[in-house]
Amino acid sequence: MFSYVVRRLLLTIPVLLGISIIVFLVISLIPGDPATAILGSYATPENVAKLNKALGLDQPLPVQYVNWLAGILQGDFGRSYSLNRPVIAEVLERFVPTLILAGAALALCALFGVVAGVVSAVKQYGWQDKAITLLVLVGISTPSFFLGIVMILWFAVRLKWFPTGGMYALFGDGGLLDLLHHLFLPAVSLAVVATGVVARLTRSSMLEVLRQDYVRTARAKGMREGTVIYHHALKNALVSVIPIIGIQAGFVLGGAVYIESVFQWPGIGRMLVTAISTRDILLVQGGVLIVAASYVLINLVADVAQAGLDPRVKV
Amino acid sequence: MTSGLTFTRRAVFALALALPVALTGQIAKSQTPADVLVVGQIAEPKSMDPATVTAVNDFRILVNMYDGLTRYKDGSLEIEPSLAESWKINDEGTVYTFKLRKGVKFHDGTPFNAEAVKYNFDRMLKEDHPDADTGPFPLSFFFSAIKEVNALDESTVQMKLDAPYAPLLSNLAYPTGLIVSPTAVQKSKADFGRNPVGTGAFKFKTWESNRQVAVVRNDDYWNGAPSLKGVVFRPITDANARVSEMLSGGIDLMVEVPPDNVATFASSGDFQLHEQAGPHLWFLILNLKEGPFTDKRMRHAINYAINKQALVDNVLQGTATVATGPTPSAFAWAYNTSLKPYPYDPKKAKALIKEAGQEGAEVTFYVTEGGSGMLDPVAMGTAIQADLAAVGITAKIETYEWNTFLGKVNPGLEGKADMAEMAWMTNDPDTLPYLTLRSKAWPADGGFNSGYYANPKVDELLEKARTSTDQGERAELYRKMQEVVYEDAPWAFIANWKQNAVTSSRVKNFGLQPSFLLMLHDTSKG
Repeated sequence: MFSYVVRRLLLTIPVLLGISIIVFLVISLIPGDPATAILGSYATPENVAKLNKALGLDQPLPVQYVNWLAGILQGDFGRSYSLNRPVIAEVLERFVPTLILAGAALALCALFGVVAGVVSAVKQYGWQDKAITLLVLVGISTPSFFLGIVMILWFAVRLKWFPTGGMYALFGDGGLLDLLHHLFLPAVSLAVVATGVVARLTRSSMLEVLRQDYVRTARAKGMREGTVIYHHALKNALVSVIPIIGIQAGFVLGGAVYIESVFQWPGIGRMLVTAISTRDILLVQGGVLIVAASYVLINLVADVAQAGLDPRVKV
Repeated sequence: MTSGLTFTRRAVFALALALPVALTGQIAKSQTPADVLVVGQIAEPKSMDPATVTAVNDFRILVNMYDGLTRYKDGSLEIEPSLAESWKINDEGTVYTFKLRKGVKFHDGTPFNAEAVKYNFDRMLKEDHPDADTGPFPLSFFFSAIKEVNALDESTVQMKLDAPYAPLLSNLAYPTGLIVSPTAVQKSKADFGRNPVGTGAFKFKTWESNRQVAVVRNDDYWNGAPSLKGVVFRPITDANARVSEMLSGGIDLMVEVPPDNVATFASSGDFQLHEQAGPHLWFLILNLKEGPFTDKRMRHAINYAINKQALVDNVLQGTATVATGPTPSAFAWAYNTSLKPYPYDPKKAKALIKEAGQEGAEVTFYVTEGGSGMLDPVAMGTAIQADLAAVGITAKIETYEWNTFLGKVNPGLEGKADMAEMAWMTNDPDTLPYLTLRSKAWPADGGFNSGYYANPKVDELLEKARTSTDQGERAELYRKMQEVVYEDAPWAFIANWKQNAVTSSRVKNFGLQPSFLLMLHDTSKG
């Protein structure tokens, strides 16, 4: 187990390197450069050249990349020219809110997805199953940013139950309740699609397990239905659901880009949107690397958890 | 086991139900406190160092924390004294001597004096200055005419120019010319942009990334302490989110209201809508080097063919006015009132096209997806395409993202397109025509004359206006320039943007400025 985890962790290094090269290339392929983005309509070739030199962007791309990589190895992620501060400071500051948002969404999708899937499977073709299937279909088909806007309109602007955005009230105490109050709408909008996916998978996985012989045996032994479902069936169904929850982590982190913009959540997704539009390549690199690294880590955790649940899975 | 699970399940459901209820208990906190104005900004600021930024979004904060040597008079684009009490210009227009206001101190206690002024301009302009690495200073070319700055005594500073440059005084009023505390820059170096110190009406308090920039009242302000205790600038990038926040009371003042929402705010008693025409021009650059627009009749035809009033009323929903010529009417002192916009006259346009033998002409039309001051460029481009189709010109639209677009348009339209959208917002009537209409401002010479317009008369008028230090004489020269350009029609003149803002009914004494800057010294809030 230990050597497996170490091997997986070492494998992330080439993955992250590859990602950084792709990001570097893609950004340099987009026409327009940082100096043009800063100068706007004042971007004469002369002004652009002068500013590029001042920003250290007048060197060839491979040289820029190697310089950047050499910096990373010494723990220096470079300086964001558009924010005029170290990339690492900005990325770490923005990463915590994203973790909170994505974590909350992931927890919501795991909890409600699994519960809905189980109810749906146990009451197959009953009204509960039909209602849940319909809800799941609607949930999967609704773009999260649209749902976010609609929820803002109803619950923030009209009913005034929740704030329209941000992470803490501007003049509040900054406590946990304040955070949860701000977290509720964005986390729900972000969780909806993933909840639907998890619910569907849990349902089919449960249906399959419920038809197994050992479930029939358990029932025949006269065990209570609740024990059969939750102790015998669900535990085995989860083996195939947990990797899916790990994959949802990727969707949730990606979806955060929209949701953070809609809800002014001060996370890494919003930072990336701005960084791309200003061609702030070092900031984009920093942000993408940390998102990619956390995606790899979450999936590793999911794999380990799956192995823990199912001894047949070799790690 | 079973009962345990049931308990867990019940607990989960109870929690799921109770949490939202508990959270709604937080509602009362969303009200903003009295005497603190919360401003909804369009983006996170880049830096609070005025010499290093280029965006109006940043300027809106900076002008409340810093002062320049000069400033714009309330409600106009004319210059009045600020940190400089008075100035003298020599007859050649090459030496400016400023008498500085005495007894002014920066927020960190550093005295404001001639040495401080010299430090500010040397930092921006001299590459070997010890603090030159606190840049880059992208707009330092506003002051590139300055050869040297000398502190003659404690309160007298002299600027020597390499050539006469009349726009200097209004460039000093532009945010790039705001004066920073030398000791604060020396202390914070490159991080000065996050620890700003000026002389302005408000002192910097805190900058929390993506949450707020907060400033507090400067009780010792030389021009009288402001009424507000503090101002909080909140970055809300998404326009719809900004509108929601305004409607729900989370901000007191919102800038750049989307056209779709203007009516909502205008008709509500809880809000006040502010509008102010600015020094902005939205136009089409025409390619005068090749293609149909080398013929002046075709250029007139396109100016007649476009229904500018419909664009302004329908596409922009009243957030702009119809433009007349190359100079926006906001420059009241230099604007030629005898010119009237080209009327919408498709019949005349058709006749002119026929006369030029260009019936059924096809043109390539560069449209941008967005960009600073570009308003609603795709919808406007499409409407213009339809107007041109009505007079028999087929416009083939090519759409580009803003940075790409600039990369295509700024080097010149030759070989690529016949017309392109463009917009400028400037602070002096010199800037736009000098950079975009002179024959020496073609892209090859480092200018922005992407359509290759050349008229010796315009060159002469602009050079002369630049060297004249008499405002009346300058105004006369600019008015003549407008007549010539109007007649030559190197552009299709479309619209002047009216900036807008919404305040809640609690906000008093707020007014927008033609400079697009947000001056909050006199504003108060109940």
